[in-house]
Amino acid sequence: MALLQTRGLTRILNDGPQAVPLVQDIDLAVQAGEFVAITGPSGSGKSSLLYLLGLLDAPTAGELWIDGQNAARLSAAEQARLRLGKLGFVFQFHFLLPEFTLLQNVMIPMQKLGKLGAEAMRARATALLVELGLESGHDKRPDQLSGGQRQRVAIARALANDPLILLADEPTGNLDSKNGQIVFDIFQRLAARGQTVITVTHDAHLAAQTHRQIHLVDGRISG
Amino acid sequence: MGLVLELALGHLGQRKRQTLVSVAGVALGVGFFIGMMALMGGFQQYFITQVIDSWPHIIIKDEFREPAQQPVFRAYPGAAVRLDSLKPRDELKGIRNAREILAALETSPYATAPTLRTQVFYRYGAREVAATLVGIDPKREVQVTQLARDINQGSLDALYSTANGVILGEGLAKKLGASLGDMLSVTSPVGAVLKMKVVGIFNTGVTALDNFESYSLIKKAQVLAARANVINQIRLRIPDVSLARQVAQDLENRFGYKAESWEESYSNVLGLFKVQNGVMYSAVGAILVVAAFGIFNIISTVINEKRRDIAILKSIGLAEGDIKAVFMIQGLILGLVGTLLGWVLGYGLTELLASIRFNMEGFVRTQGFILDRSLKPYAVAALFAMLSATCAAWLPARKAARLNPVDIIRGAA
Repeated sequence: MALLQTRGLTRILNDGPQAVPLVQDIDLAVQAGEFVAITGPSGSGKSSLLYLLGLLDAPTAGELWIDGQNAARLSAAEQARLRLGKLGFVFQFHFLLPEFTLLQNVMIPMQKLGKLGAEAMRARATALLVELGLESGHDKRPDQLSGGQRQRVAIARALANDPLILLADEPTGNLDSKNGQIVFDIFQRLAARGQTVITVTHDAHLAAQTHRQIHLVDGRISG
Repeated sequence: MGLVLELALGHLGQRKRQTLVSVAGVALGVGFFIGMMALMGGFQQYFITQVIDSWPHIIIKDEFREPAQQPVFRAYPGAAVRLDSLKPRDELKGIRNAREILAALETSPYATAPTLRTQVFYRYGAREVAATLVGIDPKREVQVTQLARDINQGSLDALYSTANGVILGEGLAKKLGASLGDMLSVTSPVGAVLKMKVVGIFNTGVTALDNFESYSLIKKAQVLAARANVINQIRLRIPDVSLARQVAQDLENRFGYKAESWEESYSNVLGLFKVQNGVMYSAVGAILVVAAFGIFNIISTVINEKRRDIAILKSIGLAEGDIKAVFMIQGLILGLVGTLLGWVLGYGLTELLASIRFNMEGFVRTQGFILDRSLKPYAVAALFAMLSATCAAWLPARKAARLNPVDIIRGAA
């Protein structure tokens, strides 16, 4: 079985008198180590699909299997646990906690998971930041950084618990092309190492650098 | 838990001024509660102690709770009887079987003292003051009240050695302008007049006693009241004062005469204390409710400001309980710090009140505030403060825990 698999995954927004379908009948399989781009025009349901895959939103119908678990059926607490240990998120906005240092931000998922001691957490967070090109200034606060640097800290945080799948929602959306390319270079490096990465992007140039593209139109996979 | 605490402290650290205001609100509530409790509790306890010391625990009076029934009503109980032009008999007041009652109580653990209590007019020079004269047997009276201790001029024994001796309350003596050794003219309601010599002046600290009570030998009171060998009150002291109400009830059932416990005698003052306490609890409760609104306000503000943080923390995998805990802890920290500061404030306030000197004459006479320094108000205030802080934090914390991260993430881009 694939690392991530969906069957007939559907999300319909029941807001107001008319039901609005966000994504419909998504059959998808992502193997371990794959670098996948979800593309499509805006409003096509790219991000909605990613939130479903990341258990941030609940499907109206269909099945979702992650690492052999019927993820959509789990309780909210079990889903939180699964997100913590097996999924990592990067969003368009960095979402770093402003009152915490870079190092502390990266350590948050590890602290919650509680597998490592304080020293080991610190060492791992430092190593991740260095690996992502932030050699120093780990005690700075996020507002002292450039946008590109912040997004790299966010990636480090997503990788903190060594997730099975890294989920990214328009990670380059707030960055200039140079910094966007840096982020994609990082993803490629991670994929080359065997990290599964699923990223939403509307940038065809960047999408072309992935192993596989899934194109969405009006909430359905096309082509 | 370390992470949750770090997050909570981080949030409060970012809103220092608001945090300070919230904490100050709690501290003021706690501090004033402690100060007021010390003040009022101290006064109330002092008053009660004084009363218990200088007033008999129980008084058996020559009265009945129910007016005497006419024979016709006794003959036809429950019947519709009409009785017109009733002329009640002139009865000689007094406890008829006092000797038997005293003998019966001889074997009980209660100290007893027979007295005759009557209203008199004291006249000294141009002054004329109405007061109560209590005819006592000094040897027995000292077992029932602390009169001997409260006499600060003259002595109780002087009643025996002086022909017509009288002991006045300090306030009464002042009103008359009389001092030790002065001769007073005493007039009773039945018209008897006696020249009496002031042989003692007492001060109990209870204004009502010091201004209106005086003591003489029982014989002299009987002469003034023209009621030889009659007594109208039996004063008792019991070993456990807290049982006074119950013992009084038993005595009343046993002897028929009205037996009044000290609580009943002073029910007006004790009732006032209850009202006083009620007012104080309401006032302090209001302060703490306002403080709770402050806590509610700061936590709601923090949550609104930290929606993005909540979204990412939930995405990372923090459970609803963790998010709730982050904000509950903030409420508890505010409550706890407020309580601790409030304790300091309350202690300071108590010390400040203690240092104020003045002369006061209300129910009791003192030279300053009488303060109760027990720790109970500290515990009660802490309980109130923590409870209100918990309630104030709980509502917004629950709202935060239920935030849907997707809504926020979509909005943030």
